Amino acid sequence: VRRKGCGVSATLEVKPAPVRREVVKTARRPRPSRRTAAQRSLRRHWQLYLLVVVPLAYFVIFKYIPIANAVIAFKDYSPVKGPWGSEWVGFRNFELFFANPVFWTLVKNTFVLAAYTVLAGFPIPIVLAIALNEIRNGRFKKIVQLVTYAPYFISTVVVVSMTILVLSPRLGFVNDAIGLFGVPAIDFLGNPDYFRHIYVWSDVWQTTGYSAVIYLAALAGIDPALHESARIDGASRIQRILHVDLPGIMPTAVIILVLGVGNIMSIGFEKAFLLQNPLNLAQSEIIATYVYKTGLLNADFSMATAIGLFNSVINLVLLLGVNFVAKRITGNGLWS
Amino acid sequence: MSLTLPGFRRTAKPAAIAETRTDLVFLVGVKIMLWIALIIVAVPLIYIVANSFSSASAVSAGRVLLWPVEPSLKAYKVAFGDPQIMQGYLNSFIYAVGGTLISVSLTIAIAYPLSRRTFFGRNVIMSLLIFTMLFSGGLIPTYLVVQDLGMLNTRWAMVIPSAIGVWQVIIARTFFRSTIPDELYEAATIDGASDLRFLWSIVLPLSKPVIAVVALMYAIYQWNTYFDALVYLKDPGLYPLQIVLRNVLILNTVTGGSTTQNLAQQLEQQQLANVLKYALIVISSLPVLIIYPFVARHFTKGVMVGAVKG
Repeated sequence: VRRKGCGVSATLEVKPAPVRREVVKTARRPRPSRRTAAQRSLRRHWQLYLLVVVPLAYFVIFKYIPIANAVIAFKDYSPVKGPWGSEWVGFRNFELFFANPVFWTLVKNTFVLAAYTVLAGFPIPIVLAIALNEIRNGRFKKIVQLVTYAPYFISTVVVVSMTILVLSPRLGFVNDAIGLFGVPAIDFLGNPDYFRHIYVWSDVWQTTGYSAVIYLAALAGIDPALHESARIDGASRIQRILHVDLPGIMPTAVIILVLGVGNIMSIGFEKAFLLQNPLNLAQSEIIATYVYKTGLLNADFSMATAIGLFNSVINLVLLLGVNFVAKRITGNGLWS
Repeated sequence: MSLTLPGFRRTAKPAAIAETRTDLVFLVGVKIMLWIALIIVAVPLIYIVANSFSSASAVSAGRVLLWPVEPSLKAYKVAFGDPQIMQGYLNSFIYAVGGTLISVSLTIAIAYPLSRRTFFGRNVIMSLLIFTMLFSGGLIPTYLVVQDLGMLNTRWAMVIPSAIGVWQVIIARTFFRSTIPDELYEAATIDGASDLRFLWSIVLPLSKPVIAVVALMYAIYQWNTYFDALVYLKDPGLYPLQIVLRNVLILNTVTGGSTTQNLAQQLEQQQLANVLKYALIVISSLPVLIIYPFVARHFTKGVMVGAVKG
């Protein structure tokens, strides 16, 4: 009750600025400790704290308990004893995995596939965005944007099905097209060497329009005065792109590249799993699909968790490392 | 800039500095490039649609390119008559609507307090949330939690474990913080509104655009994802459309069909299965692609709001 005076500060808003500043200053002097501030906030805004209870419970149950559950990576998990009661085996699962001949294949497949995806997917949206930005014709621009953006909303299952149908040796139009040049039909999905190209370029097809939107916004944020003065100085369109547009979208590009490289090891399960078949497994088996098969199809929970944990840790280290380097070089990072 | 009248801007600009010849050539190059991009994206889409409306024999002979050959609706009739596909459609609809409702409510419930300066501990909570984006326990540890909760093979497994996206929380929080001024809250408090009342009667009506965007993101995610279903569901009666699609389109398990057919019937069945794939692709993507042009603008805006750091 004694602290009721604090509520008054709200009504002080209407008073002239200098007076208000003084009031705030004097009021701040007997600065309350963090604890009493927390108590006061809790008392006055208990409804807000009530609101976050359920969402917070969600994060604890579905995000933090699994992190604790990951302890089974160091155990010989038995469903009867549960994650905590199971027998401790230390790093045995990790050692077994590292000694497994499949280990290097998995790491290589995952890394190469993801790096290829990031590298191919990085410049193309920038080119598209700059090209769209150069066009004044409103209608054509809108149509190109709308159409290139659309595949982003199609599900992975459908995109993969489309890819399979279009590339099909007997029916797909890609083989029809190369057949015109006398090239015999190619079984794209049956050959492991084609897997990465199919994966990456179907991904580019699906996401370029979406990624370009972010760069378009960055381009729209560039001060028009820069362009105008460059024009007056006689800069051509190409020069303005190189010296005004590209530096203008640099911070955005760095963030996107950092996120991409940092998440290299967490490359998604959904698409690789769908494009997989026994014939292309040599290059299409990545860590995520191997974890699924080990864990849920072979029910080796501890091993699957160990592999997943290994992957998560590598990913975290990579993300932090790349972010650190990017910040050093360009001054832009995820949390600058 | 500020001196030019709005109507004159367009004509006045080129007159000031004319396009040079290299610039004009460059512009033509840009346009050609955009046309190529347009064709590369559009052709596969048109190809699928054209095939889906063609006759089974034309599709199986590979005669369809960009326009239906021997137009037929048979594939659609078969698809809409298939109980498995319709059940999948219904299930996906349930998951999309139910999941979106749950997800949006929970997202607002955490994003709004996090946007308030008076909410003690918001930085700690935000860090806890962002950490889950960087590091996760993995597939099996999460599976164990879902199992312990008895959600395996129930509809709950589809909507609860992936209920809140941190990215969506950030988008909503940024929106609340940048569009709801503190003065508004103070005014409402003076009028006797509680925090919840303020959220319900002032914040939510003012935040319709961001709620729409977040809801759309969740709905499209629910409609398009198949991973949770693959991991948590065993009962085919609960399968969402994407799993049914995967079985038909990628694993080639043709629905129906018996072994007692003669050769001609089998051939017809096989041909029908081919065209059915195209029709299924169209049917399953239709709901999303129909609403997409109308919401694309808002969607973009929402993504932008989230991209603002802080």
